[in-house]
Amino acid sequence: MSVNPDTVRRIALLARIAVADEEIEPLQAKLNAILAFVEQLSTVNVEDVEPMTSVIPMQMKQREDKVTDGDITEDIVKNAPAKDDDFFVVPKVVE
Amino acid sequence: MNELTALTLAQARDGLRRKEFSATELAEAHLTAIERARVLNAYVLETPDQARAMAKVADARLASGDARPLEGLALGIKDMFATRGVRTTACSRILHDFVPTYESGVTANLWRDGAVLLGKLNNDEFAMGSSSESSCFEPVISPWRRVGSNKPLVPGGSSGGSSAAVAARLCLGAAGTDTGGSIRQPAALTATVGIKPTYGRCSRWGIIAYASSLDQAGPLARTVRDAAILLQSMAGHDPRDATSVDRLVPRYEAAVGKSVNGMKIGIPSEYRVEGMAPEIERLWEQGGKWLGAAGARMVEVSLPHTHYALPAYYIVAPAEASSNLARYDGVRYGLREPGDDLVDMYQRTRAQGFGGEVRRRIMIGTYVLSAGYYEAYYLRAQKVRTLIRRDFERLFEAGIDAILTPTTPSAAFGVGEKSSGDPVEMYLNDVFTVTVNLAGLPGISVPGGLSGDGLPLGLQLIGRPFDEETLFSLAEVIEQAAGSFSPERWW
Repeated sequence: MSVNPDTVRRIALLARIAVADEEIEPLQAKLNAILAFVEQLSTVNVEDVEPMTSVIPMQMKQREDKVTDGDITEDIVKNAPAKDDDFFVVPKVVE
Repeated sequence: MNELTALTLAQARDGLRRKEFSATELAEAHLTAIERARVLNAYVLETPDQARAMAKVADARLASGDARPLEGLALGIKDMFATRGVRTTACSRILHDFVPTYESGVTANLWRDGAVLLGKLNNDEFAMGSSSESSCFEPVISPWRRVGSNKPLVPGGSSGGSSAAVAARLCLGAAGTDTGGSIRQPAALTATVGIKPTYGRCSRWGIIAYASSLDQAGPLARTVRDAAILLQSMAGHDPRDATSVDRLVPRYEAAVGKSVNGMKIGIPSEYRVEGMAPEIERLWEQGGKWLGAAGARMVEVSLPHTHYALPAYYIVAPAEASSNLARYDGVRYGLREPGDDLVDMYQRTRAQGFGGEVRRRIMIGTYVLSAGYYEAYYLRAQKVRTLIRRDFERLFEAGIDAILTPTTPSAAFGVGEKSSGDPVEMYLNDVFTVTVNLAGLPGISVPGGLSGDGLPLGLQLIGRPFDEETLFSLAEVIEQAAGSFSPERWW
């Protein structure tokens, strides 16, 4: 499997990473090098094999449905590049 | 002052209790050493004020006979752990000014036990790398050099700042993280000890996430005993991490020096890779002989799916990374690049904030998870993981106690040497270590010897889930037989 320039642009959009026109070709080459490497997996017989969903078999712990945290608004906005009171400020969302 | 930094963590612990020196003296000795070693670029943030304040508290407790397990012991912390009030960046521009308002589970344990923070240690950006060259703070330079050469070498990665600092005696020990070998490989390249415990042994809460099903925290130190002491404090259940196991933490230090007589050690034939340097093979054999002399029995075994581990890792890890790194969007923290609208802001922020390797891995991950490719790639890789784990389970069921392999396919390489054009060239450094993360098992690297050029080579032991004790016992046997190695100070 390999990617063409249009696919590289599509992936960049999905990943929300800007890629300049002159960067497309070198990026395409590097991505294809990696994809060529992982292609080996297609030769493994995985019939009737379950995908690993839990690394170490364990029962997920549950807790009582009670509020035990919160009221830390100041902490939450502390590192914000732009804020207004308790709000994160962002550029206008355009339809 | 010099003598204090030459102590092992265990010796420093005992010396403090015997009042041979104070925690303040210990901290000062390290702060001085750190100042003199800035050329190594191991620390990305020094915290002298905090170190002194913590050492003062430690001295009070030592005086009143109220010492905690790590009281006064000066440590460095990889910049992947959130440290409250202390800048934490993952060595990425996108978090260049992030100051956490919370403490990670693992570092909270270290401070709970009285350890002292010297500073934050350099690493590959977002822990993605095997050389610590991709850090936004510039590469780490290894304290090790080839005999007769002053060419700068890498200390390994991604925990290269940690391995360099431990080897150069800029801390008594360090906390690192390991997703595909990032504790063990740097340990091997610097003649230090590094252990990645079983998945779930340490809390991942407050560790900047790279690949959530592979990440684990662990110690780097100069001796097996030191690593055991540190893991004792680092490990333990954390209710905030759903993958953290609620299991008693054994007395790891007690396992150091325990007999390994009668243990069965697997030697996997598939790890004998093509083009393997003869000196690595010789060291591997030597490791087997050392364990044999201590009463263990070597058994040739097979891990048939070994060859597929690296490609599986380079699907799973980037996939999970693409999800974990989606949060870096310039809205709530970190770098923000102005944009015409929200999406433009996201795209510019992430393009400017992430380095090349991180951008590549996010894009590979995005691709393999996208519609039409999920089954062919991610799902398939997760099935291969099951096969890889089964390979190990079969051996453990047959009575194998641990598996012995080299840690890396070669000794340390030069800074800039593997930045050709082929990203895969760097990935091959992880060939012996990634299987362990994929299977969730514990793995330790212990110094085994030096290469022809005088550079460290490590041996790896892989154990049963939650049997870190066996690894410490076996590693100590190798340590006794191989001896210790320190870099000659050129800085």
